[in-house]
Formats: sequence, structure tokens, C-alpha cells
Amino acid sequence: MKQKRYLLYSLVLAALLLAALIAIDNSSLKSSMLSTILQKGAIYALVAVSLNLLNGFTGLFSLGQAGFMLLGAYTYAILTIPVEARSSVYQYFNGGLVQFSLPVVVGLIAAGLVAAFFAFLIGLPVLRLKSDYLAIATLGFAEIIRALIQWNTLGPITNGSNILRKFPTYSSLLFPFAVSAVCIGLVVLMIRSSYGRAFKSIREDEIAAEAMGINLAKHKMMAFCTSSFFAGVGGAMLAMFQQSVQAKYFTSAMTYEILLIVVIGGIGSVTGSIISSFLFVACSEWWLRFLDAQHYIGGVKVPLLRSGFRMVVFSIVIMVIVLFYRRGIMGTNEFSWGAIEKFIKAPFGRKAREEERKKVTTPHE
Amino acid sequence: MHDFSYYIQLLLAGITVGSLYALIAIGYTMVYGILRLINFAHGDIFMAAGFFMIYISGTTSIYVSLPIVLILTVVLGVAVERAAYRPLREAPRMSVMISAIGVSYLLQNFATYYTGGLARPYPVIPFLTREVTIGSMTVKALTIITPVLTVILVVALVLLIKRTKVGMAMRAVAKDQSTAQLMGIKINNVISITFVIGSFLAAVGSVLYFSNYEQVTPMAGAMPGLKAFVAAVFGGIGSVPGAVLGAYVIGICETFIKANNDYAIFSNAFTFALLILILVLKPNGLFGEKLAEKV
Repeated sequence: MKQKRYLLYSLVLAALLLAALIAIDNSSLKSSMLSTILQKGAIYALVAVSLNLLNGFTGLFSLGQAGFMLLGAYTYAILTIPVEARSSVYQYFNGGLVQFSLPVVVGLIAAGLVAAFFAFLIGLPVLRLKSDYLAIATLGFAEIIRALIQWNTLGPITNGSNILRKFPTYSSLLFPFAVSAVCIGLVVLMIRSSYGRAFKSIREDEIAAEAMGINLAKHKMMAFCTSSFFAGVGGAMLAMFQQSVQAKYFTSAMTYEILLIVVIGGIGSVTGSIISSFLFVACSEWWLRFLDAQHYIGGVKVPLLRSGFRMVVFSIVIMVIVLFYRRGIMGTNEFSWGAIEKFIKAPFGRKAREEERKKVTTPHE
Repeated sequence: MHDFSYYIQLLLAGITVGSLYALIAIGYTMVYGILRLINFAHGDIFMAAGFFMIYISGTTSIYVSLPIVLILTVVLGVAVERAAYRPLREAPRMSVMISAIGVSYLLQNFATYYTGGLARPYPVIPFLTREVTIGSMTVKALTIITPVLTVILVVALVLLIKRTKVGMAMRAVAKDQSTAQLMGIKINNVISITFVIGSFLAAVGSVLYFSNYEQVTPMAGAMPGLKAFVAAVFGGIGSVPGAVLGAYVIGICETFIKANNDYAIFSNAFTFALLILILVLKPNGLFGEKLAEKV
């Protein structure tokens, strides 16, 4: 009964969201800030969930996400630039070595696969390391990838440190949402499967997990490759969103941003990561923008406000969350209708509370 | 082909860079030895020291501002520990590390805001930047001063750790915090002292580093910080001589890689490749102590 009602709620919510997106897509809002936020938020949500799969669910502290996004973005761009556009993009490398182009969907999957393949390679040595060594090794790996891609000798493939552009992008706002939704859905399925339970047991206690017969190396590698696959897809979508891609932007600062999204949302909560991605992107690109401009109230200049202040406020907020609300928005909980119903009912009268108490005392059927 | 003196000059430059990394690396290795925390903010404290110098030397003479800069940097380092690490002493390690990344983010953003994000020229410190001639080569004085000063500071530090009561307390805390506490050691004081030493050395390093590179940007601390950390891991985290050796290896190799145009882009990547290599071959670093796995 309850399950059915919640399912209905979810369907209605999904339909409403879809309708809103279609409405924005077909109206003048499409080129507005709102649309930018939504697209970027959807893409960041996917990347944040992929990082959360590692940090939150498997307990592997990885800081290599920007590197895998970079691999995905470049793979997508390199494989899908139309043949006739190659001579202008690869103008310093005689049109480049790759002289074919793949459809968008194949490109996206290839982006994920390449990222996952590199994750496998790097995972062999580094996944044996303990928490902070793993963090610094993956961070270092991302730097190595960035340097490799900018290397002139690989120029015929990667275009060196020059920009890659003219690859196919999406026209509808729905595209990033659809791809992110499918990918996040797959991650959720994985988390709920027996693999997911194995991941969580590794997070809680590696030695106990091993004693229970969980193959540590295999499961860590699985989580690492899966996470990188989706980071790669996310990177490819980021490239589509920006319509161009250049290696120098995929720095460790990008990884830190994604890590902070995960922390704000709650380490170990998929819905938390999704919510906080949209919040983070909206705050940093839109809502807090006013902090960067100079304002005058009644002819008096508002102190402190000038370019860069937004990021200061932002980092202070993040520090406050890290220090005092370590659970983030959602902790390790997921979004559930039950919790919302309870929240709505609770303030209204004693009846709801009594009902609740009765339910606790009577044993389950 | 280059002549012999070219390579000597490269080697000298490498030693200078290595000495600077060594000064930063000591801060990492000591903090890690005691708190088991990669202090991601250490590189940014180093950057902040650079900006302190720029702003203070604008109001007073260089020789007055030098000690003020050292004191301010130490205060900043200890304040970061108090505000961001101490409240999380009982928290999981991942939380502390995230807090460290948050502090680093905050310092970088604040520096960007305060300075307008542009590179600022570093004041000229005459006795460091004047040129001296050795044989047929002309080099800046700091090329000679840096390694000498580094060696003196490192020796002093090793003596402090090995011979004094404070040093003994540090070693005890690094070995086992709760037992050390039972022995009457005030853990928080020891940790503060560690941060004082680390920040002081970072400030000295910052004066030498930025005198050499002549400008400071808000991001200037990130890369040297990470490299210094790699140096600390290379030498075996927790070991001061190890960190110094690692720093010299990285500084010298990096300088030679940078000098070759085809591979210059790999100067940063090399450091991390070295890190992965050492972690695979000898996870405890060259001089690291073995840590038993606790169940």
C-alpha cells in the first residue's frame, strides 16, 4: 500500500521535472542562467555520484576524478570530431592521425571505457595503498595524465596543448539529464546489489570484510573502474556542455570541487550528492554572484564586496560544514517519501506522533 | 652540445630547488609523523608567507619585515591547526583530510580575493639576490646560501628531535598518542610545536623560493607543496633526513627535465611517477619505519 503510494509520488515528481525541463527547453529560458545551471548541475551530479561510489561507499579516498574526466572528455572529442573539421582543429598536426568519427553514443561509451581502462592500469599498483597514500597517488596520476595529453609528441592524437573543438554537442537540455539519470541509475543498482554490500563492508572494516570471504583486490578494482567509467562519461558531457575541451582546466582544483560537493551532500548518499551538485553549481555560478560585484546602498559602498569575495564566502561555508555538520545535507541517508511524510505530519498535532508511537510498540506483521 | 659548466649550473640550480622543497617537506613529514595527516594547507601557508612579505615590506624595511613574516607565518600555521584540525582529533581520518583540503581552498580563495588574483612582484632582498662569481660562473648568492642554510636548519632540527625533551615528547607522540598522554605529555602542546617548526621552515623556504622566482600568485603554493609531500613520502614519511634526501632527488631531477624542451611538460608528472614507483616498490619510503597493521 505504502510502497505503491510512494511509487506514485515518485512518478508524479519525475513527470513534473520532465515537464519543467521540456518547458524550459522550448522557451526563452533555454539560453538563460537557469538552463546553464541545470545542465552543469546534471553533469556534476553524475561525477559527484561516481566519486561518492568510491569515497562514500567503498571507503577508498581517491582524488583522481579530474584525471578520469579529462580522459573521457578527450576520448569523446578525439573520436567524434567530424572528419571534414579535423584539418582545422588539428591545424598544427596536419589534421591529426585519427581520420574517422564515431556516433555520439559510441563516443560517450568509449569515453567511459577508456577512463575505466586507465583506472584498471593505475589501480593495479595503487589500490593496495592505504587511505591517504591512495589519495596522493591518484592525485598524482591525474597530473601525469594531464601532462601526457599536453605532450607535443602525442599531438597528432591529442592536439597537444591546443584546444579541441567542433565535436558534436547536444541541442536539448534533456540530453545531459537523460544520460546522468541512466548512469546514476546504474550506480544505484550496483550499490544495491551484492557487490554494493561488499563495497560497504570494505568501507566499514577491510580486515573483517576479508575474513567474510570478500575478495578485497577484486572489489576495490571493480569500484575504482566503475567510478572512473562514469567520471569519464561525465567528462565527455562536460566537454559537450562547454563545446570545447582543453587539458589545462582539468586540474586538482576540479577534483577538490567535486569532493566538496560530495562532502556537502553527505558522504555515502547518492541523493545527497545530486542535491548538492545543483546547489553547489547554482551558488557558485549564480546565487552568490552578487558578492563579486560592487554594490552601493544609498550612496555608501558595501564593504568587502568585490571580485573574489564569493569564493571566500563559499570556502568559509564549506569549512563550517566540514567542521560542524560533518554529515552534510543527507548524511548516509537517501531521499525517501516516508521521511518527508513524517516531517510534514510531525508538526501537526499529537495524533500523528501517537500513531508513530503505536507503530513502534506493535510488532511488525 | 652543452659544455661542462652548463651542467654544473643546472646541478646547482637543482640543489637550490631541492633545498627549498626540503624546507617545505619537513613540515609535511613532521605533521604526518604525529597526526597521520597530509596537511594539504602547508603549501598554502608557504604561499601566504610570500604575500606577508610583499605587504609588510611595503611599509617597513626588509630587515624589519623578515622576522615579522616569520612570526606571522608561524601564527597562521598554529591557528590553522587550532581551528581546523584540533576539533576533528577524534574524527575519522578522511574528515581531517577533507578539512585540510578545505583550509587549502580557503587560503587560496582568500589570497585571490585580497590580492586581486594577480601575480605580485616579490621584494628584492639584496643579500640574497646579489650576484657572486665562482670560477667562471656567475650565480645569485641565494644559490649558495639556500643549501647551506637548509643543512644548518636540518641539523639543528635533528638535534632538537634527538637530544631535547621536546624532541623526545614528539617522538613519543608519533609512536603512540594515548600512551604518550599517559606518560604526562601534553599532546596538544607537542602538536602545536610541530606546527610552529613546520611553519617556520616553510616561511624561511618561502623567502628563499620567492626571492628566486621573483613573484607570488595565490596558487604558487600548491605545486611546491605537493612536490614536497612526495619528497617526504619518498624519503619515508616521519623521517627528517629522508624528506631532505627525497627533496634533493626531486629538485635535481626536475631541474634537468625542465632544461630539456621536449620533456619540460613532464617536470611535474615526473614527481608523481616517482611517487607511484616508490609506493609500489618500497611503500614505507627509503628510511620509513614499518607500521604494523592494527586490527
